[in-house]
Formats: sequence, structure tokens, C-alpha cells
Amino acid sequence: MSGVPTPPAEKVADRPAEKSWPLWEVFVRGKRGLSHVHAGSLHAPDAAFALRNARDVYTRRQEGVSIWVVLADDITASSPDEKDSFFDPAADKIYRHPTFYDVPDDVEYL
Amino acid sequence: MSTPVNSTNAPSESDEALPGAADNGPSGVSPEAAYLLGLADDAMVCAQRLSEWMTNAPQIEEDMALGNIALDLLGQARALYPYIGSIDGTGRGEDDYAMLRDERDWRNVHLVEQERGDFADEMARLLWFSAYQVELQTALSGSSDDVVAGVAGKALKEVRYHLDHASLWVVRLGDGTEESHRRMQAALQRVLPYLAELFDDDEASVTAAGLGVGVLPSSLHDAVVARVRRVADEASLVLPDNSPWRSRGGRAGIHSRPMGYLLAEMQHIARSHPGATW
Amino acid sequence: MYGNDVIDPNEPLNAAETAAYDEAAAHVERRAVGEAAGDGFDALIAADQRIEPRDAMPEKYRETLIRQIAQHAHSEIIGMQPEGNWITRAPSLRRKAILIAKVQDEAGHGLYLYSAAETLGIDRAELLDRLHDGKQKYSSIFNYPTLTWADNGAIGWLVDGAAIMNQVPLCRCSYGPYARAMIRVCKEESFHQRQGFEILWTLMRGTEAQRAMAQDAANRWWWPALAMFGPPDTGEAAKGGGHTEQSMAWGIKRFANDDLRQKFVDMMVPQADKLGIVLPDPELRWNADRGHYDFGEIDWDEFWRVLRGDGACNAERIEHRRRAHDEGAWVREAATAYAAKQAAKRQESAA
Repeated sequence: MSGVPTPPAEKVADRPAEKSWPLWEVFVRGKRGLSHVHAGSLHAPDAAFALRNARDVYTRRQEGVSIWVVLADDITASSPDEKDSFFDPAADKIYRHPTFYDVPDDVEYL
Repeated sequence: MSTPVNSTNAPSESDEALPGAADNGPSGVSPEAAYLLGLADDAMVCAQRLSEWMTNAPQIEEDMALGNIALDLLGQARALYPYIGSIDGTGRGEDDYAMLRDERDWRNVHLVEQERGDFADEMARLLWFSAYQVELQTALSGSSDDVVAGVAGKALKEVRYHLDHASLWVVRLGDGTEESHRRMQAALQRVLPYLAELFDDDEASVTAAGLGVGVLPSSLHDAVVARVRRVADEASLVLPDNSPWRSRGGRAGIHSRPMGYLLAEMQHIARSHPGATW
Repeated sequence: MYGNDVIDPNEPLNAAETAAYDEAAAHVERRAVGEAAGDGFDALIAADQRIEPRDAMPEKYRETLIRQIAQHAHSEIIGMQPEGNWITRAPSLRRKAILIAKVQDEAGHGLYLYSAAETLGIDRAELLDRLHDGKQKYSSIFNYPTLTWADNGAIGWLVDGAAIMNQVPLCRCSYGPYARAMIRVCKEESFHQRQGFEILWTLMRGTEAQRAMAQDAANRWWWPALAMFGPPDTGEAAKGGGHTEQSMAWGIKRFANDDLRQKFVDMMVPQADKLGIVLPDPELRWNADRGHYDFGEIDWDEFWRVLRGDGACNAERIEHRRRAHDEGAWVREAATAYAAKQAAKRQESAA
């Protein structure tokens, strides 16, 4: 606060390499929607912050919108295009769904 | 021969209140207006300080979050200023209040005018101010003045979010690393002198509360402290309670050093072009 | 129909308000609707269909996109500073609110774009490191200072206008996540461009001093805005290029720099006329034969000088960004440490 000097931040070079916040995938269901749709991704340290950041960034805090956040690492997905290889052992690979940025029409921005 | 002004040390016989003595300040005769001006100015000045964090926050997501909180508080001020203009007899608009009043006419508490410190300082300020606002707006939602109750109802949803945001951070900083714990604890100590003022029963508040329009600041104290203490406990932080001094005078237009600079920055462009539209 | 006193809300002020944008937005969805082009990167490109994160792609395509998307994201983040500089000084509360919202939008755009870049297999932290180290760049337009309130108007009107002109074609970029991010970014930026125009509109109808302020800002931002489209793709002025052909072949770049620049000039000149602002180019005139405006020579020496680091604000922009990042390190670490502690606690209680 006023008049009290703030201790200077330690130089980044002296700190151990910073561990990135984990990646979360964001799913949004609009006010009149029936299901959650993948809206995008963000970095956050934990679930509480992931939800808040998702609310700020992907819905601009619109009310009545439901948000799910899931750690990207926790998602197991099959590839929608691989008809034959559905039972392939590589099914545990993490994919990004092609509907990456489709947000429901009734989620407005600003 | 005219009466010498300072011929004796007897109190002035004039009916005019001495500068600073009247809690209503020069804003007008309506105590309700004076009371609401305190609320509006708190929000306005806090919004101004928070907006300084944009491009300076620890993470891009935090630039957005603090921007949102600043916008909410700015919105609260903008909702109140024109209403105040309609009841204090001046008919002033939002920019008249924000851009054309001198420091002595501002009724915010010192807490919100303090310069930005580090992120812990900001979260300490936001924790206390938003906890206070949650209790305040809850009470004001029952105001006998419909406009005030309406503004409070909307503000309440927003300030709950602000309190949540500050709480999330204070917990993480308190219970994060040794450095963050140290900084957060220090921030709680630095903000301490500015807290008592939030709960002072100044004349305008007393009158406004008596009319059912406002709420007695002292009545909010225990609930606010309880909220902050819960967060501090979860954060493994100690709530300091001992300060050799405390701020006072904001509600009477007596401010601390940073206020003049804040207003100079905020008002300079508007004041340089009298009467202009933007 | 709407004379010079009123802004016609139906008249497009920027490229995102034209049919080109609507067509581009419709285009993105083609593959999703099931028009399969068969296997392989080349087949998809040939059929003008989207490449998605899961698809195989040439390493150079991936690298080019990472660089382009990242630099676009960096531009949004750095772009917060010139206008962010005016938030505390905005001359009215309404303008203050609009400016805060605009700078927030820019943060949001940066975040979407970093996310799009991450789908290509790189971490945002690494991209930020490259920005801070100078290994990746941001749009050089942000190396110019915002000297007056009117600069905020000029930035919205001209800089966002030029950015949108560049971005609408990117809505048809071959890479899906980037194309879709562009659709969203363009829509939001079109509001910003309107707001910038509105700031200048108000100033030009104000006091003598306000009019002079607006004209001065236009004088300083016009040429840098034209330079935003980059040097000509061919000819003497084209230097250090060679990327253009490959980018075009891969559906990353759709139009030549000069074409976009001409479109921009054609759109802006009537708007300047409407504002009553005289653009600082004595050679600017309508050429009936070409059906376009002729305009003067851009000073490419100045452009390269600024791009290479000798602009008014280069050092300041990066220093500001680095300082915010460094000073915030302890905060980010605290959040990470807390999350780790909580996870450990959950594991203990589960055990």
C-alpha cells in the first residue's frame, strides 16, 4: 500500500523453470441448448480457476450458460473419421475434436 | 468596520460549516445524496485502481478478470451518479461527478484510493472491500428507496463474484509457496489501517439509515470480519488486528496523498476541454 | 439517404461487415457437413477443405502456422498496451468502460489464438518465452505511441480496420482452429472498428481543439496502417519474402498484400471524407480507369527501421510485457503449488 516499498520480484533467471498450468478443455451449453459443445481450451492451475476463466473468456460471464471444464489429459477420445480403426489400441491417444471452436449460437459475446 | 475574521480564537459565528467539519460536504443539503455519493465514489475509485492492472496482471486471464471487476464497479458508480444528481438539486450527470469535482468533494474511503502495490496487496484490498460490499448490498437490497434497492440487487450478484475471486486468490497465495505466504501475510498487515473507516458511522450514513434508505456502516462490521476470517483461516493466514494508526476523513472529503494524483490523471483530459463531448 | 451528420448503421464500415465475411464464415463448415475429400493433406488442400489438428501435415506447414498464429496472438497481447495506456485517462465514463472492454477483448483474442496454436503441439508458455526473447514478433503497428485521446479513435478506425481486412480472408484459412478463431475475432473487432470511427466522428463534430486532435492522430496513423499489409509481394520493395508462394499454396494466405491494401484504401477514403478528415497523402485520388484510389508511396525504409527495433515504442512494449510476466511469476507459482498440495491431499484421503 501507499508509502511501503514492495519487495522486488526475484529475477526469473534465478527461479527454477516455471511449470506451466495444465491445459483444460472447455465445453459450453447455451441457455436454450440441449448439450455441451466444445468451445476451446485454456490454462488454469485448478478446476475452480478453470471454471472462472472459462466463464470470463468463453461466455463473457453470461448467465444461464452451463460450463464444463475437463483436464485435457483426462480426455480419452476416438477419432470420428477412423471407421475401421475404432478398436485400434491407439484409441487411448488424446485427440482434439474437430468441433474445436463451435460455440452454440445462443451464447452471445458481449 | 468589518469584523476581522481571526481577531479572536472564538469559533466562527457564521452558519456555514467549516471545510471538512460537515459530513455532508459541499455536495448539497440532502443526506441521502451525501450517503450515496460515498458509495458511488468508493466504487468509482476502486474501479480506477483496478483498471490500472490491465496489461500488468500476472496472467492474461487475470487481466480479463480484473477488467471485469473494474467494469462492474464502474457500472455501479454510473448507476448511482445520475440518481444522486436528481436528488441533490444539481441535476449533474455521471461525468460531472467523475471529471469535474475537486478532491475535497469526493467521499470515498482511503482504502480504495491507495496506489497499487503487488498482487497480494490488491487481493487484500479486494477481499476486504468485496466482503464489505456483499454485506452492504445485501442490506441495501431492502432499502426504502427503490432505485437504491434496484442498484443494490444487481450489484450484489456482481460483488459476490468479486469476493469469490479474491477468496480464491487469497487462499492460493496464503497456502501456496513460502514466498506467496509471506507476501500475502504482509499485504493483510498493510491493508489493516484502512479497514476501520469502512465501518465508521458518519453523519450522512446515520441519517440515511434512519430514513431506511441506507445502512449503518458499523452494523456490517462483524459479518464482514467473519467472512474475511473464514478465508484467512482456509489460507493459513493470520488476520492482524493491531495497528498504531487508522485512516479517517474520506467521507468528509479529507483524503490521503495518492487521491490528488489519481484525480489529476483521471480528470486531466476532460478538464482540458471544458464543455466538450466525447 | 443518411447525410453527413449521421453514421448509417447499415453501411459496412469494415470488411467484417461485408458479404466477404459471411461467405467465409459459411465456408468453414463445409467439411463438417460431410464432404469428405479422401485421405491426405494434399487432397484436402486441393479440395479447399479444412485441415484439423488430428490430420497429418507437413512439418513446415505446422511450423509456419505455429509462427503465424503465435505472432497473431502476441500482437493481440502487445496491442493491449497502446490503448491500455488511456484507460485511466479516458475523458468520460462511457469511453472508459468501452476502452476497458476493448482491451479485455484483445486479451481474449490472444487467449483464443494461443489455444489455436497449442493444437499444433506447442505450449503457450514456450510461445510467450519466444515473444519475450524476441524470437517471435508482433505486429509492428504497436511500436507507435498513442499520444492523444484521439489516437484511440484512429487505432480503432484504421488499425482495427486494416487488421480486419487481413483477417477476413484468414477465416478461410486451411487450418480449422485458426479459421474458426478468425471468425470470432473478426466479429468482435468489427465492433471495435465502429467504436474507433465513432470516437473520431464525435471529435470532428466537437471543438476546434478536438478536431485538430483527430486530424493529428489520422496524420500519424494513416501510413503505418497502410504498411500493416506488408511490403509488396513482388518487385523491388519485396525483401526477405519467399514465404508468400508457399503460404498461398497451403491455403494460409489467400490474397496478395497489395490487393488487401488497395481494398482497405478504397474502403477508408470515403469514411475519411465523411469524417471530414484529410488523409495525409497529396497523391490520393480516385482513378476512374482503374476503379480504385491511387495513393502515394509508402516509406518502406521507415517500416523496416521500426520493424527491426528502432521504433518509438519497441523497447517499451516488450519491457512492459516482460515485467508483468516476471513480477507475476511468484503468483503463478503459488497457484501451481496450491494445486499440487490439494492433489496430494486428495490422493492421501483416497489411499
